[in-house]
Amino acid sequence: MNKTPFSLPRRRFVQGLALGATGLGLSLSPRQLLATQGHTGAPILSGDTFHLTLGGADVNITGKTRQATTINGIVPGPTLRWREGDTVTIKVTNLLPETSSIHWHGLLLPFQMDGVPGLSFDGIKPGETFTYQFPIVQSGTYWYHSHSGFQEQTGLYGSIIIDPKTPDPQPFDREQVIMLSDWSDEDPKHIYATLKKVSHYYNFNERTVFDTLRDFRDKGVLQTLKDRHMWNSMRMSERDLADVTGYTYTYLMNGQSPNGNWTCQFNPGERIKLRFINASAMTFFDIRIPGLDMTVVAMDGQPVKPVDFHEVRLGVAETLDVIVEPKDDRAYTLFAQSIDRSGFARGTLTPDPALSAAVPDMDEPPLLGHTEMGMGAMNHGGMNHDTGDMDHNTMNHDIGGMDHSAMNHDMGSMDHSAMAVPFATDPANPDLAPRESATQHLDSEFGPGVDMRAMAPGEMLADPGIGLRDRDWKVLTYADMETAGGPPDSLHPDREIVLHLTGNMSRYMWSFNGIPFADAKPLELYHNERVRITLVNDTMMTHPIHLHGLWSDLELGDGKLLRKHTITVKPGEKLSYLVRADALGRWAYHCHLLYHMDAGMFREVRVIAKDGSQSMPAMDHHQHGEGA
Amino acid sequence: MMNMIKKGLPAIALTLSTQTALAMSEHPMWVGQVILDQLEVRDTDEGRVMAWELDAWYGGDFNKLYFASEGERLMAPEEDEEDPATEGAETRLAWSRALSPNWDWQLGVRRDWQPDDPNRDWASIGLQGLAPYWFEVNTHLFVGEDGLSNLRLEAEYELMFTQKLVLVPSLEANLYGKEDDELGVGKGLTDIEAGLRLRYEIRREIAPYIGVNWEKQYGDTADFTRNAGGKTEEGSVVAGIRLWF
Repeated sequence: MNKTPFSLPRRRFVQGLALGATGLGLSLSPRQLLATQGHTGAPILSGDTFHLTLGGADVNITGKTRQATTINGIVPGPTLRWREGDTVTIKVTNLLPETSSIHWHGLLLPFQMDGVPGLSFDGIKPGETFTYQFPIVQSGTYWYHSHSGFQEQTGLYGSIIIDPKTPDPQPFDREQVIMLSDWSDEDPKHIYATLKKVSHYYNFNERTVFDTLRDFRDKGVLQTLKDRHMWNSMRMSERDLADVTGYTYTYLMNGQSPNGNWTCQFNPGERIKLRFINASAMTFFDIRIPGLDMTVVAMDGQPVKPVDFHEVRLGVAETLDVIVEPKDDRAYTLFAQSIDRSGFARGTLTPDPALSAAVPDMDEPPLLGHTEMGMGAMNHGGMNHDTGDMDHNTMNHDIGGMDHSAMNHDMGSMDHSAMAVPFATDPANPDLAPRESATQHLDSEFGPGVDMRAMAPGEMLADPGIGLRDRDWKVLTYADMETAGGPPDSLHPDREIVLHLTGNMSRYMWSFNGIPFADAKPLELYHNERVRITLVNDTMMTHPIHLHGLWSDLELGDGKLLRKHTITVKPGEKLSYLVRADALGRWAYHCHLLYHMDAGMFREVRVIAKDGSQSMPAMDHHQHGEGA
Repeated sequence: MMNMIKKGLPAIALTLSTQTALAMSEHPMWVGQVILDQLEVRDTDEGRVMAWELDAWYGGDFNKLYFASEGERLMAPEEDEEDPATEGAETRLAWSRALSPNWDWQLGVRRDWQPDDPNRDWASIGLQGLAPYWFEVNTHLFVGEDGLSNLRLEAEYELMFTQKLVLVPSLEANLYGKEDDELGVGKGLTDIEAGLRLRYEIRREIAPYIGVNWEKQYGDTADFTRNAGGKTEEGSVVAGIRLWF
């Protein structure tokens, strides 16, 4: 099946045209554009003052001409190169016919500069110019994107590199941004409406009669029926890995379709820093470079202790810096297949632009198992194999008493369990309702908007995730990484908030605690408090959860933290992270899957002064998420 | 809210466009769908019959306005000119409300259109959704004039041979609480209709199909039909298309 997965027209759709997005914009010929951009992707703008223009341009990625939204005429937008310690000024002019915005993903800044319409400001109206100005207090690889409507899906994104004040502890000879994204010829509003009508529309990997017959033969009729019983009674599909797939998406590397074969040239023996950014709207990418070891040096812009690995699943909106040292005079393929194996992005690292390497076959699409159903993770070391043959006793395994302190105990972080962390509580705000345990489900999680609740969510930080568990090579997980230089902040929370990631697949409703954004009150954090947020994924989808403006320090156990801005939570997973609420203001907190966010998996987080005096910095006149 | 009332629909449109500007579901998007589930030709003894089944809805996650229509029309009547073209049709209009993750309940009205016989109007309450094991189930209780009542049970299943080739068995049964002698409908189980349709989804939205359809009347209803010289059981080969947008 992997050999010839698609018929010819589909292959062209999935792999795109050879020229891909180079036909972009402003009546430049592809040759001229190549001259402007070089062959390494978007142009790099550096300094401390920038002017970005948001507009539209025709692109031809699949053979059809479509309107893209562009930044300075191109997709992805220019790479912005900043210096830690500088104050940058960015004038953003909106030439689109609709309100727009730019959000600086992962950056610490005054909330008025965060670029979320309705929370930070009113958005940039057509024809207007908005001036962003803020000090740069961090370094690393980040990105920026529109926070308006579905503009991010149609091209409004670009990368940010911030050079550190002090010399980089991981020196390199060459660096390269590798920005991954997903492109559709469909209008994103149409994609969203389609998901609301037929949520499995884009999934062409459903079980068929022949699968069942094969299972009858392989496993026996009785066992097959037993295995199917749970899925069928829950009306869930074990093949529901991605909402939007290669059926409509062409996956891009630095704006190039797979056939475009984006290429980076190197000299053998160089240390190359690859700055991976997952700028897609909906796609988790499994990245590997066959024949080459990678060493992770930073995640989400923050330096981590170096670890060698061969493959990694990069969540939407996450970034990962790796060092590679190709010594041979040969080409290597950068291969990034989507989590559901419906397509891939691809490029080439080569000493000679004329060379390319074999493109690996995509894997068979994996099947969701009991782990994803939240019936109990089976591994603590990433060693578990496929979950299909797990017996049903585990399902009935009652772990109602598995509370948070027990979890800390498992994680070995004695200093946590020794402390009594008060659960957040506010009678008027269900999000802050105290729970007997992290796995207790609130009343708000029972209703038409929630189709399942994890009974026994597990710690899965060391689990590479579905489809990557049987690899013969090293797959990087969160458990492998630790922020370099020890814990970046206190390990001790003042308060705990438990949030469940909830949804209804077939109605395509998404929410926290069963409450969509439209009905939710803001989560209030007190200025400078240290809050532990525990997330429990009650859905069968993987969600990248992003908190604006504040760091999220993922608790790895044993006092280790991994500092991040976006945290991917696997189906059936429970994890915790610590947040220092050190920036007053109104911040967005949401699933970074674009259509999940729009469907309601979104909260406003307010950081307020504890004594109530001057509770918020000056805000705009919008009042969101309250009553009404 | 005031603005919306003052300015009416344009303001609502404006509110919706603000939502896209905010990139979050402050005002959840309303969606509509029209599903022409069956548009088919049935080869029967009386001649060629066109039959349709159409559903449409518009609304948000919890509340939807729901419209349904089904009926049959004789396309090539035999030489008898008096033969009415439309054999019968029914339309339903309902408010549909999400009840649980997989079920909606519906409150509405139904009108039966009959060429010669009196039309019938009904109030309806229904339950519609996805039962365990992926059976699509539709149950409606209709209460009509003169104490008439009709319970209708429908179930459908989609058996996938490939990602595009789908076999759809379907079953419908009607029960009446009271005899309707004007229309020749008896009390109790009146009729069962079973179908088997094999469709090929060129795209998800466009799927031609072929199949068989079988209808049988029971009890007093069958007697009424027999006395009128009609057939109480009929099987037919069907060909049609399923469309939605």
